[in-house]
Amino acid sequence: MTLWMLMNQAMAGTSFMPEQGTDIAKQVDNLYGFLLVVSFISCAILIGGMIYFAVKYKRKSQNDKTAYITHDTRLEILWSVIPLVIFLFVFAWGWIIYHDMRTMPKDALEIHVTGKQWAWAAEYKNGVRSVDVVVPVNKDVKIILTSEDVIHSFFVPSFRIKQDAVPGRYTALWFRAEKLGEFHVFCAEFCGTSHSAMMTRLRVVSQEDFDKWLTEESEVGSLPLAQRGAKIFQTRACASCHNVDNPAVKIGPSLYQKWGHEEEMDDGKKVNVDENYVRESILEPQAKIVKGYPRPSPMPAFQGQLSESELTALIEYIKGLK
Amino acid sequence: MGHASSGKNYLNEHSGLWSWLTTLDHKRIGIMYFVTVMFFFLVGGIMALLLRAELFAVNTTANVGQVLANGDVYNQVLTYHGAIMVFMVIVPGIPAILGNFFLPLQIGAKDVAFPRLNLASWYCLMAGAILAFATFFTSKIDTGWTFYTPYSIRTGSSVVMMVVAVFIMGMSSILTGLNFIVTVHKLRCPGMSMYRIPLFVWALYSTAIIQVLATPILAITLLLLAMERVFGIGIFDPKLGGDPVLFQHFFWFYSHPAVYIMILPAMGVISELLTTYSKKTIFGYTAIAYSSLGIAAVSFFVWGHHMFVSGQSEVAGILFSFITMLVGVPTAIKMFNWLATLYKGSIEFTAPMLYALGFLFLFAIGGVTGIMLAVVPVDVHFHDTYFVVAHFHYVMVGGTLMAIMGGFYHWFPKMFGKMYNQTSAIWSWVFIFIGFNVTFFPQFILGAKGMPRRYFNYVVEFEQLNRISTVGSWLIAIGFIIALITMVRGVLSGAQAPMNPWGSKTLEWTTSSPPPHDNFIHEPVVTAGPYEYK
Repeated sequence: MTLWMLMNQAMAGTSFMPEQGTDIAKQVDNLYGFLLVVSFISCAILIGGMIYFAVKYKRKSQNDKTAYITHDTRLEILWSVIPLVIFLFVFAWGWIIYHDMRTMPKDALEIHVTGKQWAWAAEYKNGVRSVDVVVPVNKDVKIILTSEDVIHSFFVPSFRIKQDAVPGRYTALWFRAEKLGEFHVFCAEFCGTSHSAMMTRLRVVSQEDFDKWLTEESEVGSLPLAQRGAKIFQTRACASCHNVDNPAVKIGPSLYQKWGHEEEMDDGKKVNVDENYVRESILEPQAKIVKGYPRPSPMPAFQGQLSESELTALIEYIKGLK
Repeated sequence: MGHASSGKNYLNEHSGLWSWLTTLDHKRIGIMYFVTVMFFFLVGGIMALLLRAELFAVNTTANVGQVLANGDVYNQVLTYHGAIMVFMVIVPGIPAILGNFFLPLQIGAKDVAFPRLNLASWYCLMAGAILAFATFFTSKIDTGWTFYTPYSIRTGSSVVMMVVAVFIMGMSSILTGLNFIVTVHKLRCPGMSMYRIPLFVWALYSTAIIQVLATPILAITLLLLAMERVFGIGIFDPKLGGDPVLFQHFFWFYSHPAVYIMILPAMGVISELLTTYSKKTIFGYTAIAYSSLGIAAVSFFVWGHHMFVSGQSEVAGILFSFITMLVGVPTAIKMFNWLATLYKGSIEFTAPMLYALGFLFLFAIGGVTGIMLAVVPVDVHFHDTYFVVAHFHYVMVGGTLMAIMGGFYHWFPKMFGKMYNQTSAIWSWVFIFIGFNVTFFPQFILGAKGMPRRYFNYVVEFEQLNRISTVGSWLIAIGFIIALITMVRGVLSGAQAPMNPWGSKTLEWTTSSPPPHDNFIHEPVVTAGPYEYK
């Protein structure tokens, strides 16, 4: 039953795979769909044959006579050659796709991405550093990878690409995103304590938005801290849950005039709103929850998502909400 | 002589713990491996249940969805689960338990060629195991069983102690392999030509070749890692100009052949079970025997398929993909020959036969997903995801562990001289087989969707499938508890086993159950092949 569903899905071409963000993803899925169908047929022959024989030749008495068949050379050749031909066919098909996957296009937009325990950092030619990887749609992008400490692996499931980031050398991958939107970037190579939290967003935006983003980001560095914080507050969509200019509750607590005051938590403890409390609440929203708000909090954790300087800017911004 | 008539057998010939600890009898050493490896399996299994429990739900807060204290504990548990199951259960499992006990019996020998080395190999495994468990109390290791550099150089845990432990356990593996090669060549009884040895012996022989040739590579690699940590020799550490990927090449140069150390003996067991319980000669004896050797030979040249995204060259990737495809052929040959063996047989659904059929079912799935992983661009997506986890569990657990269980139930009457309760053994199979599929099939889908392995926590869209998988792990646990009870009750209060309860044709069933100290009262003389069901 499961296998039948699997085959149906294979026919649909996407079978359990994440959405297809690139052309390479479609090519990989076609090959994978073919493999699924062939696998299903092979399993049907092997498992189906096994069940058929097991039922048909079930022991009827201890004195059953069985056939004495030692071998059959024609059959042996048949079931060696047919699998071999299939294997070589999928190997060749794989080679063709792999060739495209690994041939770096000329004139691609180059982005340096560095892994470190446990965050990714993207660097653009104009000096912009970002935790999110932001790329323009329908443009060849080459990611040049390295690592500051141990081996990580840059994995974008929707693009069907993955490459290890190895300390002491550069590796690379490329893609041409065809869909606007946000995609997961996971670390796929075990790297210790927060390996599973080492993820970021890959944002595919229009060329126009990309250029705008790049210019704005490059200017952010020279802004005063609180103004930088205000920008981050907007881009990170903090404003959709937290009011900053009045004490009304949106989804989360308002941040207006909170600095330096005491807040009561849902366990009855009182906490002073200072740098360390705000920092913790941003990085690990579940650590302390203000009385009257749901536990677990719907706020995403920003551990590994924000650089130290971004955090500092945010805190300076919140400090100034008077 | 005349043990059988006087009621003496290898179990009661001597008594007392000391007689076991100093025994040179391959059968007793096999039983000692049985007890200790099953204990390791229990520990590794509990670790697996902990991992699955942790993954039952997304951790939204420290209180919700979290079972283990933190990511570090999870990483430690997954490391011990992997290291114990690979180095202490699956690698020694079939050769050291069933191989030790039955290789000499199946070729009509009194013992293995070097009984003292045989005992020494058990002590090596014990010494390694004690050292490995000692890291619990020094600093628990968290590198994963693969010890990838440079993480294994940086981490504060007891990596040196653990790799020395694995080094010593590797010694055990080498000694067993060496012993089996010499035994097969020199101790076959009169008439037992190489083409009359049972396929289980062929499989052990092929495995032994890999053990002797590949394990030293692991030993050297681990020694280099230890030296890197202690002396900073700069071979793997990029900070000292070393190459961390070189470690992966060394490691997989052993560990890929080791995959076949784990599966080939299982394939041997399956040949024995299928012939016995379908009362039929094996289809394609030569094809199966040579495909074992073929797999053993090719297995040395496929290590790079673990490294398609490691930064190795594209040309290497393509070559390794090609050679990996070639390993698929002898594996397919085996599957089809086993299937053909069932044709026109007389199939009896005993517990061991159900395990053998379960093996074919699961190994078929493990095999075809292996081909998917061998196709480079598809592997780029699946690499280091749950798809790989599901694949190797289908092969290692669905394959090897099903064969171990089938083998235990098949040879149990010979080993202990007692019968076990067939119905309860079948129930253990039902739970393990169904539980296995419930646990691991969803992991293929998780992997396809992109969930990376070794993840303490995951994004919310993966939760449903993880839940199903965790429930499956409980079914497997129930199955193994039933199996344990079945075997313990069999040993304690089972009916006396006859000489040949299953009507099998191989030599071990021509001596009493349990066998006398010297295996056979008169040295057997063989005049025909091992599967003459006429």
